[in-house]
Amino acid sequence: MATHELTGTPGAALDAAVARESAWSGGGSPYAIGSKKLGMWLFIISDAITFSALLIAYSYVRVASNDWPMPFHFWPSIIKTTVMTFVLLTSSVTMVMAVHAGKLERRATAAKWIAATMLGGLTFIVLHALEWRDLIHEGVRLFQSPWGTPLFGAAFFTLTGLHMTHVAIGVVYLGTVATLFARGRLSSEDVEVSGLYWHFVDLVWMFIFPLVYLLSVRMS
Amino acid sequence: MSTTAVAPTTGVNYLNAQYGIRSWLLTTDHKRIALLYLGSVTFFFLIGGAAAVLMRLHLIEPQGALLEPATYNKMFSMHGIIMVFFFLIPSIPAVMGNFLVPMMVGARDLAFPRLNLLSWYVYIVGGLFTLYAVVAGGVDTGWTFYTPLSTTYANGNVMAAALGVFITGFSSILTGLNFVVTIHKMRAPGLTWFRLPLFLWAIYATSIIMILGTPVLAITLLLVALERTFHVGIFDPALGGDPILFQHLFWFYSHPAVYIMILPSMGVVSELVTCFSRKRIFGYSFVAFSSVAIAVISFLVWGHHMFVSGQSVYAGLVFSALSFAVAIPSAIKVFNWTATLYKGSVSYQAPMLYALGFIGLFTMGGLTGLFLASLATDIHLHDTYFVIAHFHYIMVGGALMGYLGGLHFWWPKMTGRLYPDGWARFSALVIFIGFNLTFFPQYILGYLGMPRRYAVYPEEFQVLNVMSSAGASILAVGYLIPLVYFIWSIRYGPPAGPNPWGAKGLEWETPSPPPTENFEEVPVVEEEAYAYGEKEAHVV
Repeated sequence: MATHELTGTPGAALDAAVARESAWSGGGSPYAIGSKKLGMWLFIISDAITFSALLIAYSYVRVASNDWPMPFHFWPSIIKTTVMTFVLLTSSVTMVMAVHAGKLERRATAAKWIAATMLGGLTFIVLHALEWRDLIHEGVRLFQSPWGTPLFGAAFFTLTGLHMTHVAIGVVYLGTVATLFARGRLSSEDVEVSGLYWHFVDLVWMFIFPLVYLLSVRMS
Repeated sequence: MSTTAVAPTTGVNYLNAQYGIRSWLLTTDHKRIALLYLGSVTFFFLIGGAAAVLMRLHLIEPQGALLEPATYNKMFSMHGIIMVFFFLIPSIPAVMGNFLVPMMVGARDLAFPRLNLLSWYVYIVGGLFTLYAVVAGGVDTGWTFYTPLSTTYANGNVMAAALGVFITGFSSILTGLNFVVTIHKMRAPGLTWFRLPLFLWAIYATSIIMILGTPVLAITLLLVALERTFHVGIFDPALGGDPILFQHLFWFYSHPAVYIMILPSMGVVSELVTCFSRKRIFGYSFVAFSSVAIAVISFLVWGHHMFVSGQSVYAGLVFSALSFAVAIPSAIKVFNWTATLYKGSVSYQAPMLYALGFIGLFTMGGLTGLFLASLATDIHLHDTYFVIAHFHYIMVGGALMGYLGGLHFWWPKMTGRLYPDGWARFSALVIFIGFNLTFFPQYILGYLGMPRRYAVYPEEFQVLNVMSSAGASILAVGYLIPLVYFIWSIRYGPPAGPNPWGAKGLEWETPSPPPTENFEEVPVVEEEAYAYGEKEAHVV
């Protein structure tokens, strides 16, 4: 029972027994993870490189530009995005709770925690959409910006848009996992795998927030 | 009639287990998906090949014999886009990798069979976008989509072509992901990493490149598409962007992509050389790790495509040195293959002829790569036919020879039928001769200064150009012969039996064609890879 709780699925308990006899001497072989989890890790690595390419492109054009704007006011932009950051980080905590409940096979509880996570994601999207609306009101477009180089609009909307798409996909994905897990059609590992994706999306925001927002605050 | 009667257990295999178009289009059997890919990449190969034929016919005369200059531009663009993204990149991984990875690890299927089917559909959707671009009037950017040509000046079908490549990229990522997970998780008992066939090491290294490189191409082409549609100016100097940034991002993927094409071929050649020498491969771990080394270094050399783009001289120096470094693992492979031949009992069946052709042509292509990797000579050779000749020696002389060698080697396993060996050897010879006649003159043309991508050329280059076009027609015949006898063999070829070559490896321990789930029971591996002992040597 103890091993079961520690390692999650019954299959993992077997893997752990194998791992103890291996060269990893009880540490649990890093290969002893499930196929889905390994697949998700590989996807995350791949997706991380997508964002890296875009963040590097953003940094490149920003450094090369003479008139990169500093458009964000402390109020409302930075306050709002700080709240968004807080909401997203909190949703990671609720996701951890969901994974934990899933491992204990408390399926209804897990589904509730996932619902809380989805709520966090949706709040993030709504706040971000409001933020977009304000900038669009000020005249920022994909191809123009009222201050300095038009690339600001391009970089801003491409980066945050790609991230928002990931959050939106994540909400749908979590909804599917929660429903199917509550009905007993998925294992606790599936919940954990969806959690990996969610934490990754959070982590990406932790790069976008300082690079796009905190470095572009208008000091008055 | 719709449901097949209970067939006798002996004759059931993956080909006749189910009938009907649905059983193919909805299959999750890795072997059937491999055949879906085989059909599709062959289709794209014929289209890309037709474009090449038109180009070579056009270049028979200095002023151009056949096409309008604008049409010529579209021809070489479509040739490049289709051959690179829709034939070479999926060729060995998606056809042979799909068929062989589960069988070589002793599994019943890939780790994610449905994802595998999805990859094929994604590939087809991307292909349809690109075919639409062809039908709607073509694209004239070259396969590289360089900005600002692609974003500002080229005609409107760039969108469709770029989106096609963008979409196909996901197929590549998902296939790579599937292979890595399968090789990690589904190896049969006893099949340790250092007992894996070298083909799997090569596929593993290739998959890593697919997973790490392709997203960068995807996001870059997405930015190109955004720039065309919404004037997002990341690559547009008029808006403060930088076209050189495009080149950096593009080559960060597209140089490693060269290794996506060549590494699987190297894996195939490792299998062929050792089987037809009846000898364990020389330096197994060196060959295995050189695949990984090539994959790693491939991400650090993209700047050698940009020596004349105005990048810093110091960056150029570093990229040059790193590019030379790729020669080391490549040479390790070549030396180990030749050392395997030494004192082996070598037999020259068709697959082996392709493998030997690969070794020679790849060596030529690799060594001329060093000319291009050195800063000074590259200034002279950049964007000339020397570059064309160099990468065709790698991609056609290397990757395509390996693909054909592998197809000849595993065709009896895939179909259960033998093809006529005499014709196969003849076609290997025709391809080798035609290939060299096509591309060797292009080294000289490039050295003399003929630039690539031009529809016309000075008259003094005509002799060499006619030689090249003549070679291309021989090459085309060489490719058509296997097409004929492969199709012939499906119906009329003699049954192959489970192991016509007397080869080692789990895939040869199943019937040909294999049953739907490959193995009746999970195999247990108790020997090293390529255990071609003395006994086997006497048998042959």
